[in-house]
Amino acid sequence: MRLILEKRKATSQKAFYIVPIVSFIVALILGAILLLITGVSPIKTYAAMVKGTFGSMHVFSETLVKATPLMLTGLGVATAFRMRFWNIGAEGQFVFGGIAGAGIALFFNDFISSWLVLPAVIIGGMVAGALWASIPAALNAYLGVNETLTSLMLNYVAVLFASYLYYGPWRDQQGFGFPGTARFSEEAWLPRIFGRVHFGIIFAIIVAIILWFIFNRTRWGFELKVIGENKVAAKYLGIKISKNIVLALLLSGAISGLGGASEVAGISRRLQAGLAVGHGYTAIIVAWLAQLNPIAVIFVAILMGALLVGGDQVQLMMGLPAAVGLVLQGLILFPMLAGSLFTEYRLKIIRPEKIVAGKIESEA
Amino acid sequence: MNSLSSKIILEMRNITKHFPGVVANENINLTLYNGEILALLGENGAGKSTLMNILCGLYRQDEGEILLRGEPVQINFPRDAAELGIGMVHQNFMLVPRMTVAENIILGMSSLPFVPDMKEISVRISELSEQYRLKVDPNAYIWQLSVGEQQRVEILKLIYRGAEILILDEPTAVLTPQESQELHDVLKIMTAEGKSAIFITHKMEEVMIFSERVMVLQKGKLKATLKTTETSPQELARLMVGRPVLFRLEKEEQQPGDAILKLEKISAKDDKGLSALEELSLTIHCGEILGIAGVAGNGQDQLAEVITGLRKPTSGVITFSGEDVTGKDPLGMIKAGISFIPADRIGMGIAGNMAISDNLIMKSYRDEPITSKGVIKPKNIVDFANRLVNLFKITTPTLKTSVKFLSGGNIQKTILAREIDACNGLLVAMYPSRGLDVGATESVRNLLLDQRNQGVGVLLISEDLDELTSIADRIAVLFEGRIMGIVNSEDADTEMLGLMTAGVSIDELERDVQTMSDATME
Repeated sequence: MRLILEKRKATSQKAFYIVPIVSFIVALILGAILLLITGVSPIKTYAAMVKGTFGSMHVFSETLVKATPLMLTGLGVATAFRMRFWNIGAEGQFVFGGIAGAGIALFFNDFISSWLVLPAVIIGGMVAGALWASIPAALNAYLGVNETLTSLMLNYVAVLFASYLYYGPWRDQQGFGFPGTARFSEEAWLPRIFGRVHFGIIFAIIVAIILWFIFNRTRWGFELKVIGENKVAAKYLGIKISKNIVLALLLSGAISGLGGASEVAGISRRLQAGLAVGHGYTAIIVAWLAQLNPIAVIFVAILMGALLVGGDQVQLMMGLPAAVGLVLQGLILFPMLAGSLFTEYRLKIIRPEKIVAGKIESEA
Repeated sequence: MNSLSSKIILEMRNITKHFPGVVANENINLTLYNGEILALLGENGAGKSTLMNILCGLYRQDEGEILLRGEPVQINFPRDAAELGIGMVHQNFMLVPRMTVAENIILGMSSLPFVPDMKEISVRISELSEQYRLKVDPNAYIWQLSVGEQQRVEILKLIYRGAEILILDEPTAVLTPQESQELHDVLKIMTAEGKSAIFITHKMEEVMIFSERVMVLQKGKLKATLKTTETSPQELARLMVGRPVLFRLEKEEQQPGDAILKLEKISAKDDKGLSALEELSLTIHCGEILGIAGVAGNGQDQLAEVITGLRKPTSGVITFSGEDVTGKDPLGMIKAGISFIPADRIGMGIAGNMAISDNLIMKSYRDEPITSKGVIKPKNIVDFANRLVNLFKITTPTLKTSVKFLSGGNIQKTILAREIDACNGLLVAMYPSRGLDVGATESVRNLLLDQRNQGVGVLLISEDLDELTSIADRIAVLFEGRIMGIVNSEDADTEMLGLMTAGVSIDELERDVQTMSDATME
């Protein structure tokens, strides 16, 4: 018996929704095999992860805390990916947003009235993220430079620049050598809702709704989609491609920057190591698994946040490495990428007897 | 072909292929002899391409078997077909634009050394292109080539790989009459060497010229297999469509109105930076169809691009409705009222993954009623799309269907609907009926005539002289970026147009006529 792939006559809408769900299940199965090899019960591990992430209000709040930066970076990435612009610089845009937010919180709060500090931190973070994203955008739009490379490389610049700041000039003099800035004054703190869940999650939900509206109900969103689907057609239809790339990337970067500023103002309340832990990369999985749908990004980010928290939980409760969660995150992407094939192709089974018959006849 | 002594090289027996909800092929039998050209005739959607895709390994039949030289074969992948010496030139070319001709030709060949000797390969390609009269530069990049040249690359690719059976999917759809003649010569050389060809088409004239035998498919069923010498275009048309076909279009006499578009001494360069248009001047009037004849690659692309704002002229003035529009971008030209039906329907005309309704609004989405203050009104999209679908008789399962799943004719109708609706004064149509079946061609031409009758100026760039003489009012012949002459289509004869497309100007022609008549007088 052989399996072959055959092109479908129409894109399967069903596959579009089923593939992410099946991918998640496949990842769980692959993860279970890994766990079995290391000699632990996958059922116990998964049960511990579920209990440790959704089991109580306290653990669920931690899941949401981890999910918040993933939501915002995921939304940022999805915005760029809509037009097939491969911005993988969400990490750098997120970190730069954090740097700008911290800078404003630390050095400008004496100059502006206290109620303006927090808005300035948030808006500063968005502007910084947008500017950081505008570099690969402009290079691509006007000089044709590959955006994947530039956006990726700028991540390292941003992350290392942040660590230069909190190890060097911005380091807290009273911090006993701890690498990080001083704690922000209270007017720069992003209010918390419950547990450590802060206003960032509200921002994320608002942004998701706005993006959904932009993508599906505005002239601009329509233009972005046409550019993503066919650049040649877009040009012929009079859509300004370069301008739109830059505009969309400013938005994409601003959303990731908002994530960074919210994170420093809402959780650590200082710029310190631990801001750049790969949210911007996980965001790619989030955006992809959500099929670039902004509303779906919110839920997928919660799932991914749960995997992170769940990893910590199994480390605490079962002595397993916390990387279990990361492994599962990574494992989801493979079946997802492979599975997207099925929206355009279907499997066809070739029955063995036909091949045998063919051989006999040809020998005769 | 002397049919008695010829051997059967390929047989397809009782081939049946289902797609969800459709029977694409039902019990089809095909026999191909050594050294013959077999035409496969049918309207779009008759199942010709499906049958050939089965033969070259893209699809697999649900039932039936394939025998090559009398032996059953399994063709599960395109690679299997290639190894058996079966090669296909698809309608939409399978070439990598950023690679050279030579690189494309060897791409995916398994017999190559790790580091191929590109020089030797180029020499071999040059020899083959000489031998088969397929003129193409092995070191040119695909993106630099015209559609006609790209097809030559596809054919060369198969010859280079030693294909014995060539399948050509509507090869002449993209060719000029001259190029078609050249293709015919190529096929004659190949069949003389014992190769065979299957020729997919929906044009009766080509069946008569090219093939020795013809199979007619209709709605997935084999209607007849005939010897070309024993049939007629009328019989074939009736078999293909299932009803008698009228080829005549009703064109009423009409006085053209004021000039709508004026080109004065327009020069432009092509993508390689070479001169493509040289001080070209043209005037199109309201209510007339001005045809542009000529062999592809003589500046047609650049002419259309300059008028639609996709390319900046290097010199000259463009006036539209009395207003200087020189150097405006595509959006500027669209807003001025110029619509464009591009040559590359799939690559430029549509966004294939988007819904048919989205494709229909791609010109009108900027304004009321589809958007107001930048916000799209989904209900108005549906109304707008429904109106166009009904008006232009586009056949589609739903408005949400991705446009790439429609037939070629319906894709073209979608583009026409959108462009005609947005048009305000001038419609530029490039090869609008290329690759369409009889029914769709008829409706495309009638739509262009309708526009003319309603006072729109139409610039019709075509390689089909029949199309030009039947619907254009005047025909200008383009050769190496210059107009060789403009004739009224009633006065135009094929021979004269043919000479002009080969670079003889109308002045020279008239002088010759003059000298001839002078000579006879003496």
